[in-house]
Amino acid sequence: MDDKVSIGMDSRRITTSQRETTRPFSLKKQPRLGESIIQGFLLFCGVLSMFTTIGIVIVLGSESIAFFRQVSIVEFVTNTVWSPQIDEFGILPLLLSTLLTSTIAMCIALPTGLAAAIYLSEYASRRARSILKPVLEVLAGVPTVVYGYFALKFMTPLLKSVFGEANVNIYNMASAGLVMGIMIIPLVSSMSEDALSAVPRTLREGAYGLGATRLETAIKVVLPAGISGIIAAFVVAISRAVGETMIVAVAAGAKPTFTFNPFEAAETMTGHIARISGGDLSYASIDYNSIFAIGLTLFLMTLGLNMISRRLVRRFREVYE
Amino acid sequence: MTTLNDELKSGLPQGEASRRNVASRRRKGAIWRTIFLSATIFGLIALSLLVYNVVNEVFGYVATEYAVDPATLSDKPLDELNKDELVAVLQGNMRKNAFRTLENEKPMANRSDSEVYDLVIERVLKPQTLETWTLRDSWFNKAAIDAQVASEFPEAKLEFRSWISTSFLTTPMSSDPLRAGVRTALLGSLWMIGITILFAFPIGVGAAIYLEEYATDNRFNRIIQTNINNLAGVPSIIYGMLGLVIFVRTLEPITSGRIFGADSGNGRTIVAASLTMMLLILPIMIINGQEAIRAVPLSLRQASYGLGATKWQTIWHHVLPNALPGIFTGTILAISRAIGETAPLIVVGASTFIVTDPDGPFAKFTALPIQIYNWTSRPQPEFAHIAASAIVVLLVMLLSLNAIAVLLRNRFSKRG
Repeated sequence: MDDKVSIGMDSRRITTSQRETTRPFSLKKQPRLGESIIQGFLLFCGVLSMFTTIGIVIVLGSESIAFFRQVSIVEFVTNTVWSPQIDEFGILPLLLSTLLTSTIAMCIALPTGLAAAIYLSEYASRRARSILKPVLEVLAGVPTVVYGYFALKFMTPLLKSVFGEANVNIYNMASAGLVMGIMIIPLVSSMSEDALSAVPRTLREGAYGLGATRLETAIKVVLPAGISGIIAAFVVAISRAVGETMIVAVAAGAKPTFTFNPFEAAETMTGHIARISGGDLSYASIDYNSIFAIGLTLFLMTLGLNMISRRLVRRFREVYE
Repeated sequence: MTTLNDELKSGLPQGEASRRNVASRRRKGAIWRTIFLSATIFGLIALSLLVYNVVNEVFGYVATEYAVDPATLSDKPLDELNKDELVAVLQGNMRKNAFRTLENEKPMANRSDSEVYDLVIERVLKPQTLETWTLRDSWFNKAAIDAQVASEFPEAKLEFRSWISTSFLTTPMSSDPLRAGVRTALLGSLWMIGITILFAFPIGVGAAIYLEEYATDNRFNRIIQTNINNLAGVPSIIYGMLGLVIFVRTLEPITSGRIFGADSGNGRTIVAASLTMMLLILPIMIINGQEAIRAVPLSLRQASYGLGATKWQTIWHHVLPNALPGIFTGTILAISRAIGETAPLIVVGASTFIVTDPDGPFAKFTALPIQIYNWTSRPQPEFAHIAASAIVVLLVMLLSLNAIAVLLRNRFSKRG
């Protein structure tokens, strides 16, 4: 083994000395064609994501412009009826049900997710963590269509038995929202836990030293210190809920309705896009253009939320050492 | 000094009051601890409820009624008959014209044993599902089920059925839930995932390498990085719409396979879906890949440079091998995301009813989650059983993928 290595080194030494004799050794950076080609390819890979964004903007933008040529923007944002058959294109019913399902989901996901994060980061023993964390990870990995099944076959019957058969529609926003909340818990808990664990130990020890209880340390010291990450988690969770499709497509109903009653069926923006594009759709119809106008609204909403989340992190982040 | 101390002391509880104060704070702490714990356990409960609800539908009693009593067809049980005997049964119990049509479609001599057996069931026995029960009912209310069957369907045969079975995995889609399977959907999902990885892996890893190893901290590269983070938050259905316009419509000659001589009519093919999925999982893959590459210690690179290696040699021989376990884990996580994604496939136009196996990248296809969506949306209770079975297949696939991720990581990290 040793011999081989030394021979290899010898032969290399010979070749370098030969090269030195043939031409003067230069310290200047050598142009390497192969390396440049590889770097070019890698740059292309990096830039591809830019094309994706540009593609999204162009696709949504151009099809939406075709739509807004036929429907005025004012009508789009103020009309409370969405019914393509009678040329009524008001996004409000779709928007309202999206907001309602998301609000219900947030009522479940934010408190539960944050409480779970506090437990996992401040209270749990190593053993408890090793059991509870994988459970949350599995919950995060379940495909959304499975949650849709869960909403329709479990949550809806449960709501019916609690609130009365007649009061709850078979497709309803409450069931979709509740299950969506369950789906988003792992997202909130894992992001918030990261934020809480990033708070330095010394802060906790300082609080304990002053005689604070574990709860007081967690709520009055650790939580405020990690608040930027937690708010970011909340905002990302909202954006996730707004963009969630399969649960609402399965469980929330297939008719755009302007209603505040969570036990009624009402189609959300994403659910409508899924249903319309799932059928045989003519590319020349206004139906086809209309889903892109909805898509654009959705894209702007989630993009805005994600940007807010990033800005919040930057503004409220407390830097320790 | 003493005055300040006194002032502080007068504001704080003393003696008995102090003891009560501490006790109440402790009590409050204990209460909240329980609340935090139950929030965490809520996740566990939700997961168990979900699994219970799925499994509950996968097994259970089924009451079926046959048009003809199987016992009258022959003296032996049907599944013990050989092919000739089965053909004889067919011939004897069908109208001549109907049998001749079957013979014209595909001669009996060319049909396999199981095909003939299926024909006997389909054309002669004509089973009809009268009622199905969940696992819980079958387990605890057997007596009630028996009584109900005896009073309502005296002719019916009651049997315990596992809706998930080998035939469920190997038979194609059918409008009859008793005989529908996920073969087409499973193959469609596998084809789609295979092609997605083929495109996404090199591009994802390439972009991660670029951002971590080559990109200097300038405006352009910061924009790329911000952009990738933003893309990771775009709802999947938006990717579906992008795929619909770009891959299905604009690149139709390529995605329909026309320029390769395999025309499938339009661009709603496996390739179009795979490319859409690629765009969807790229941001996740890049972010995970970057983390894996960042975790490789700087000293390794410096040692390599010190020995005279070029940048690419350093990356290829030292950085990548060390980052590989992390990259694999990230890739597998991204793939499990892609397998479960439904919304973009609906928009891109996966077929909901298709019985022929996909035969290449330019074939029309369906996928497991699409099948689950389709079956879940049907009101008949039989479809809930097969939707649940398809969910089990999907979840088993995802779990085994994650197990592979863990195994790969362990193996590579030992070697490293």
